[in-house]
Amino acid sequence: MYPVSELIRNLADQHGRNRHNLLPILQGVVEQEKYLSEYSMIEIARELDLPASEVYGTATFYSFLEYKKMGKYIIRVCKTITCSMKGKNQVVKAIEDMLKISVGETTPDGNFSLLQTNCLGLCHKAPAMLINFDVYTDLTPEKVREILTNYINKKGKGE
Amino acid sequence: MAKKIKITINELTVEVEPGTSILEAARETGVIIPTLCYHKDLCVAGNCRVCVVEIVGQKRLSAACATPCDEGMDILTNSFKVRNSRKHIIELLLSEHNADCTRCYKNGNCELQKLASDYKIMTQDFIRLVPLKNYTIDQFSPSIIKDDSKCIRCQRCVRTCEELQGVNALTVAYKGDRMKIATFFEKPMNDVICTNCGQCINHCPTGALVEKNYIEEVWDAIADKNCHVIVQTAPAVRVGLGEELGYEYGSRVTGKMVAALKRLGFDAVMDTDFTADLTILEEGTELLTRLKRALVNHDPDVKLPMATSCSPGWIKYIEHMYPEYLDHLSTCKSPQQMFGALAKTYYARARNLDPEKIVSVSIMPCTAKKFESNRPEMHDSGYRDVDYVLTTRELAIMIKQAGIDFMKLGDMPFDRLMGESTGAGVIFGATGGVMEAALRTAYELVTGRNVPFENLNIMPVRGMEGVKEASIRIENPLEQWAFLDGVELKCAVAHGLINAKKVMDSILSGKSQYHFIEFMACPGGCLGGGGQPIPTSPEIRRKRAEAIYAEDLGMPLRKSHQNPEIVKIYADFLEKPMSEKSHHLLHTKYSPRERF
Amino acid sequence: MSSNYQLKRVDFIFKDEKDWKEILKNNINRPPQELINELISSELKGRGGAGFPTGLKWKLTAEVDDMTKYVICNADEGEPGTFKDREILSKVPFKVLTSMAVCGHVIGSKEGYIYLRGEYFFLQPELNKAICEFEQYCQEINFDFRIRIFMGSGAYICGEETALFESMEGKRGEPRNKPPFPSNFGYMGKPTVINNVETLAHTYTIFEFGAKRFYDLGVQYSRGSKLFSVSGDTPKPGIYELELGMSLEDFVDEFGDGDTKAVQVGGASGFLVPRKRFGETTIGFQGKLTGISLPTGGSMMLFNSSRSMYNVLDNYLEFFREESCGQCTPCRVGCQQLLNGIKAVKRGEKNALYLDKLLRLTETMQYTAKCGLGQSVANSFSSIVENFREEMIY
Repeated sequence: MYPVSELIRNLADQHGRNRHNLLPILQGVVEQEKYLSEYSMIEIARELDLPASEVYGTATFYSFLEYKKMGKYIIRVCKTITCSMKGKNQVVKAIEDMLKISVGETTPDGNFSLLQTNCLGLCHKAPAMLINFDVYTDLTPEKVREILTNYINKKGKGE
Repeated sequence: MAKKIKITINELTVEVEPGTSILEAARETGVIIPTLCYHKDLCVAGNCRVCVVEIVGQKRLSAACATPCDEGMDILTNSFKVRNSRKHIIELLLSEHNADCTRCYKNGNCELQKLASDYKIMTQDFIRLVPLKNYTIDQFSPSIIKDDSKCIRCQRCVRTCEELQGVNALTVAYKGDRMKIATFFEKPMNDVICTNCGQCINHCPTGALVEKNYIEEVWDAIADKNCHVIVQTAPAVRVGLGEELGYEYGSRVTGKMVAALKRLGFDAVMDTDFTADLTILEEGTELLTRLKRALVNHDPDVKLPMATSCSPGWIKYIEHMYPEYLDHLSTCKSPQQMFGALAKTYYARARNLDPEKIVSVSIMPCTAKKFESNRPEMHDSGYRDVDYVLTTRELAIMIKQAGIDFMKLGDMPFDRLMGESTGAGVIFGATGGVMEAALRTAYELVTGRNVPFENLNIMPVRGMEGVKEASIRIENPLEQWAFLDGVELKCAVAHGLINAKKVMDSILSGKSQYHFIEFMACPGGCLGGGGQPIPTSPEIRRKRAEAIYAEDLGMPLRKSHQNPEIVKIYADFLEKPMSEKSHHLLHTKYSPRERF
Repeated sequence: MSSNYQLKRVDFIFKDEKDWKEILKNNINRPPQELINELISSELKGRGGAGFPTGLKWKLTAEVDDMTKYVICNADEGEPGTFKDREILSKVPFKVLTSMAVCGHVIGSKEGYIYLRGEYFFLQPELNKAICEFEQYCQEINFDFRIRIFMGSGAYICGEETALFESMEGKRGEPRNKPPFPSNFGYMGKPTVINNVETLAHTYTIFEFGAKRFYDLGVQYSRGSKLFSVSGDTPKPGIYELELGMSLEDFVDEFGDGDTKAVQVGGASGFLVPRKRFGETTIGFQGKLTGISLPTGGSMMLFNSSRSMYNVLDNYLEFFREESCGQCTPCRVGCQQLLNGIKAVKRGEKNALYLDKLLRLTETMQYTAKCGLGQSVANSFSSIVENFREEMIY
């Protein structure tokens, strides 16, 4: 059995198998897998007795429910007004240079994906970003390099 | 009864029932409000915003379809504000729409085009968004073409697929500017659980969903002197075709249709009603055999209830959704495919034709028939049994292209051999018709008497109720059917796949015990098929049904087993129902498909 | 023109919540009608931005006869420039929980949900701890009310109340047709009170100190205080509780960097006020005040003279284009047309008069869009284009 089917079954056991339990289950899969594969969505549809298309239509509505393969760490840089005013582009550039990927891409080792997102609600500490669900604020190119270095080292230590 | 509500529409005071929408109230009053996402068959979406009206005293406009009338409402449907807003909305829709009208299959029958014309949208002020979008066209299905560039996102198709059919092949995906109508992971329609029923086509206001047409292929075949082109016409076509050619809803144009087909150049014009009658004999015999095995032999393997297998949309649905119940399907092919198999065998032999040179065309109220004719199971004649399937709409196009003044045509009869039919064959076109036809023959076969209904009209299985039930008690049967004495034959009829689902689920849960069930994929049966003239509505389908039953009542023969050509084919070719030969040509078996 | 009202700092919301148990206990023993009357007399209006009277909302829902009702706390704070709700939930969660429970008592509901935006996932563990403690106390005092967090997943539109219900029901967050309204037909089709986080925190203030203390703050039609999320070109970005009714001039004096060119009041869906109108603009709900009064969810973004208003508008429109649910024509296509339109004007592909066509389009969007999102795009668009037309063109 695929581990993801087991995960989905456990999530359904935990949350329930009704339509209104769909979002927590999608979120649970994304939390572990970082994205919803075709296979995951089919398994969820099967588990909840929903049309697969409905699962797909619902998932694609939400920005945080990725449906393409993502890296272990998903970097989401806020692109909304204040962050944009306070140097978001420089931050993105620094990340791109460091990871050698563009926005929307994943590093070849599958560790990092870089995305832009709409307002994170951290405008008073702009620019801001999330790495998975950890918050980083008042970013500068230097700061962001430091943060990423920590992640890369963490990774190196086999964490 | 609740007190009526008094409102004013364009200064006309009217009283309406509580709960009436502004749109309905306006229509009752003779005020036309344009709509796009609204459809009588579907729940209210309120998303196109074309139907906005002004309620005096409110700053914002309201969607007439989604706003219930309130006491004292003063409604304006054509104020300055309404007109400007409505025009803007049409302009916006056009800016996102590939308005390549002259090259569009729906040119002339497009609701957006009509609105643009009514409101004289002559300029293109807004930026054309079409080039900025990565629109795709899905042409992989043998039945349906989905062109996203023509889509206005009214979601009628999505609601149709969900509410009428319970299939959910189509869904709304993404949000914002990327929002679109999609299948699971944007796979081709052919690779998902789409049943090819074509109801989405019938409900699409634009050219975003259309049938894959085979008009040119058929013209080519007709023009090819080496080909012998034989055509069959399904029962429901004769009560729909007229609508495309200037007649009222539900006009019977059988004789003119035959005349037109002959004019078009078909070498033989035959009737699917003939194989409908044949289906009754095969399927009726099959049912009685199953009953015997169950009641006399107590065979635990016999599958009851037996389900009809005429509707290819239903077949694909059960393959996907209830594959474990496939053995409950009658093994009979659909009348179209029986006809196809016989055209290249029985007919070829009788006319002394090389079957390889026969091109077999069918005119169907159905898009799923296109898929069906393409199935690997359908080559039992040694050739592809049916080469081309045209919808009622495609036939109308050919008639227009050929310059035939349809209304002026005289009536002509079908050609012989496979052109004779009974009223029982005709009613295949309406929901409940297969059941009624089967009961007329089976009851008489078993008891030697007519079904105990006035004029042979089995009213309980007629009408537009989603699921209908009937039972007939068999009394004093002929000696060989003695085991059926006192048996209450329980039947059900479901049309629209959402109702098929209801019946299947009630069987699964053990709640219902039926012997025989008729399933039709489309609302109203074939007369409401996905290949029938657009528009469709409950009212239109009701009129077509009336026409079908009138046609039945007007036939000299109304029971399938009385059809002389049926008697002849058994005598000359098939021997008897369920014979080895009919097994080979007229019966088949289907295989499970994935639900997800 | 200058306002009679000075900028007044208030400290209610973040004042300690140590008495929450007492407040809960006292208030769930008061008759619902009394609580409703208290809320109505406080004239508290919803702090999410729309400003519906909170007391009336509770009253309408209380009057519907149904065994199952819901209390929902809307913590889908997504308006650009707004970050107050997060601060409330992390600093004074018990105020929100207490108010939800009291609301449950008033309307007859035993179930509450906090719809927390996906971006605030990191708040979840602490908030759950608070809920645990809260529910434990409810048990102790034999009060039957449970609260659960429902996580959003990144969709601005889910802040719209009916879209939020759809989302909680496991569907796409698409706003519903209204009527019916949540007080009759909310989450799962049941009568539902849905309040913004801050609104609930204010009701706690009212329960703690009485309606009068709240009512005495602010001005006519705009009673009480309000949290403001201050960001942009300001030396002191952050969250401030201020009395309603202040003039924008006073606000800029306090928070500006000395070079403030314009303030966006109410986030991307709010209005841009240029410097010349600071004096005549007050912050509060529409009323008969002199000058223009702007309702707000509390987002105050300051722009100094180094900023291009074209870029600001471009950023907003891109936001709306992506965050529109996409179902209704005016919003889905309108946002695309506005964004592409200003770009075309900027590039010189369309002449400046095209801006007027776009302004008329925003009017149509305002009149015809299905929900507040599409209706309010006009606010920022027209206020920016009308006041900074030259920046749009050159």
